[in-house]
Formats: sequence, structure tokens, C-alpha cells
Amino acid sequence: MFSLRDKHLADEIVSRIAQERVHLRFMHVCGTHQDTLVKHGLDTLLQRCGVVIGQGPGCPVCVTTPREIEEAIVLASKGRTIASFGDMIRVPGVRSSLQLMKTEGCDVRTVYSIEDAVSLAEKQPEKEVVFMAVGFETTSPTTASVLLQNPPLNFSVLCCHRVIPPALQAILEMGEIKIDGFIEPGHVSTIIGVHPYEFISEQYHVPQVIAGFEPLDLLMAVWMLVQQIQQGKSIVENEYTRAVKPQGNQKAQEILSQVFEPEDMKWRGFPMIPQSGLRLRKKYEAYDARKKYEDDLRSVEKEVFSEPTGCLCGEVLRGLISSRHCPLFGHECTPQNPIGPCMVSSEGSCQIEYLYTKK
Amino acid sequence: MWFSSAVFSSCISLKFSSKDNEEDGGLVVCLAIPGKIIELDKKKQNATVDYGSGTKRKANVSLVQVKLGDYVLVHAGFAIQVLDEKEAQETLALFREMLSLQDGDR
Repeated sequence: MFSLRDKHLADEIVSRIAQERVHLRFMHVCGTHQDTLVKHGLDTLLQRCGVVIGQGPGCPVCVTTPREIEEAIVLASKGRTIASFGDMIRVPGVRSSLQLMKTEGCDVRTVYSIEDAVSLAEKQPEKEVVFMAVGFETTSPTTASVLLQNPPLNFSVLCCHRVIPPALQAILEMGEIKIDGFIEPGHVSTIIGVHPYEFISEQYHVPQVIAGFEPLDLLMAVWMLVQQIQQGKSIVENEYTRAVKPQGNQKAQEILSQVFEPEDMKWRGFPMIPQSGLRLRKKYEAYDARKKYEDDLRSVEKEVFSEPTGCLCGEVLRGLISSRHCPLFGHECTPQNPIGPCMVSSEGSCQIEYLYTKK
Repeated sequence: MWFSSAVFSSCISLKFSSKDNEEDGGLVVCLAIPGKIIELDKKKQNATVDYGSGTKRKANVSLVQVKLGDYVLVHAGFAIQVLDEKEAQETLALFREMLSLQDGDR
């Protein structure tokens, strides 16, 4: 039976990597990659072969800033219904979290899809429903698709969507850490395809491989990166051909550009990253919560935000340290009592590390 | 269901057995789950997707061009890409080929 869990093949790939006697550091930007790496012990195995792999800013909930969380909290406190994905609701803000607001009587809903939030607005025309839209290119087309279908006007979007390639460039430009190769996120790539990564290899001479989410996918991606390095190449290769087409999902790309335009955006742990965020185009202003509730949000606009005391999520997201090296990890900060978002989100490297390896 | 159950088994268990999924809508934001289209409305906007093990769910298919029987990756209620069955079947063969080609090079 066909399976991507072929142990013999996995052994073969690992021994090939080991034979190359390399000392390399790769970065991926996807919580699901981190889950596969840690769950199957591939991170430790590859480390023994001279390849260290860390998770960069690849967790949409984790890179959402305290300011954006505060915006949602303010809107909830003013009586709007806030809908978002489960992990987002649990992230602590500077004073509260959406989850705490819910216990205090605010209307905060966890949804599986933006369509659920639109249904809420349709069923309760007397309520103002705000969907806190987080996510990379995998998720932003779902927001765009819904806005193109003329949802009711008591529905709006607090847009926190971000795009991956500018963040990769930011990491390289900051130069805090040496990165020998990127493992690119498979599901983001189903939408954007192969080409948006190419400028990174061209300008920074960093090899890249788009990878799927099975253990063999990741081992193969590592081996492909090692091969590129040994051969002095730096190109974008696609290991996940069963889902990622070179041109991506063009229908999704079209509706993305109809609804959104790029803007400079801050990511948690990073300075402003040029053109790394998406905002609604003027045509969709009626659905833009930041426009609609401008007066309510004015106080947040002026406020200066800082990270929770002692929290090193910023360093984790920039790939400078692993979760384990944060002094709060597993002591003050646990999935039950998270201090920073990387311990809240099931895509955050701290929660993944905690779940599979405890202390 | 060899395609989704064998090739993508880990994805399915990740999503549907995740600790507090139902109560919490615990979406993994960048994860997409493979499933098979078993019903499709006339406008080709909405479909029922079978993820195996008795799990079926509605999905919006307006972002992709699909027909009944296609396998799709579903993320946050939307199919984001059609999976290429031939590519999936050939993935392992391709891996082997790449490894042995390397042998030939040496």
C-alpha cells in the first residue's frame, strides 16, 4: 500500500544527510511543519546529522501584535460581537484577553470559518459582528471570497492578514541569525505557488524548498536543501508537487488582489516589515472594522504596546532561541497558563515543544 | 480512500482529534485537511467533503474548480486547492528516483 510513512526510505534519506557531514541551520515558517518535526522526533534526529531546524515567524496567531488584540478587546468592550479562531481568542493582551472578556459578559465567539461569522451577523441583524481575520495566504482568500459575496452590513473585518515572503526577507535583512536554507510552507504555497519566493534565492543566495507535512516530506526537503548547498545552488524547489502547482491557485490570487492591497505591517517581535500586511481596498471600506469603528479605536492608535514581561516570543519568532531556552518555558508559561502567544497557539513552537516533550 | 487515509493520515488525526476542537473551533491556521468531494451544488459553490472515518463536512469550493470525486485541501471551511492524485501516487517513486540519481552522480 502506498504510504508516505516508508521507514526504509526515511532511514535512507537520513543516512544520506548524515554522510554529507554538514553543519547547517534551516528555518521553516509553519506551525504544522514544527508539529511534524517535533512529534516524530525529526528535529533531534536531524540535529545529530548536523542540521538544526527552527521555526521562524510561521504562526499567524503568534505574530499578531498586542495592538491588534487590544483593538478586538476594545470593540468587544463596546458591545460588538467579536468572532475569531480559537487560538486567537486565548492570547493574552496587555490588560485582558478576548477569552477573559467573554467571561466578563462580552460577546466573543469562536468560529471555524469566516462563513460562521457571517451567519452570526445574518441571524442577528441587531448585532454588529466583527471577524478578527488572522492568517497568511492560506486564509486570506477565504476572507476575500466572503467579502465579494456582499455580506450584511452589520458584518465587518478587523484585518490582521499577513503575507510570508516579505517576512523571510526581513529575517535575512536583520541578519541576526545565519540561515542556510528555508523550508517553505506547503499550504501557503498552494495559493501563491513557487514564484513569489524566487527573489529571496536570487538576492540573498538562500536555497528554498516548498515542503508537505508528512515526515518523509520534511526529510526529503532537508535533503534537497543539503544537495543545493553542496552543489552551490540557491533556487526554489517544490517537494510538495501533489498540492502545490508552480503558478499556485490563480483564482484565489485574483480575488485576493481584488479585495486587498499590501501595506507595511508590524509583526510581533519584528519592526515594521514593508508590504507584509493586507488591508481592505477602499471599495470594501464598509466592511473595514478599523474605518467603521474609527472613533472607538482612537485610544488604541495612540497607545504604546510592549511584550509581556520576561516573554521571549519575539526571539522565538525571529529564530534566535528555541522555546526551551526561554526562562519562562514550562514554569511560569504553560499551555494552561500561557504568558505569550507561542504557548497559546497549537502552531506556536512553545506549545508544540511543551506538548510533545514536556520538560 | 487510500489517498486521503494513507497519504494524509497524520493531517486528519491532527485536525479532528485535536484536544478541544469542537468546543473551541480549534483551527490550526495554516493547516489544510485533505478530503473527497462527495456532493456538489449546482452553482459549484458548496460541497460536502468526506475526510474518512465518517467525518463529513460542508466546504465552500468557490476558490477552486472541482468535480465530484476530486480530492481537495480544505482550510477554514474553504477548499484551497485540488490535490493531484497522480502526483501523490508518484511522490514516493520520485523520491526514490532522486536518491538513486544521486547515486549515479557519484
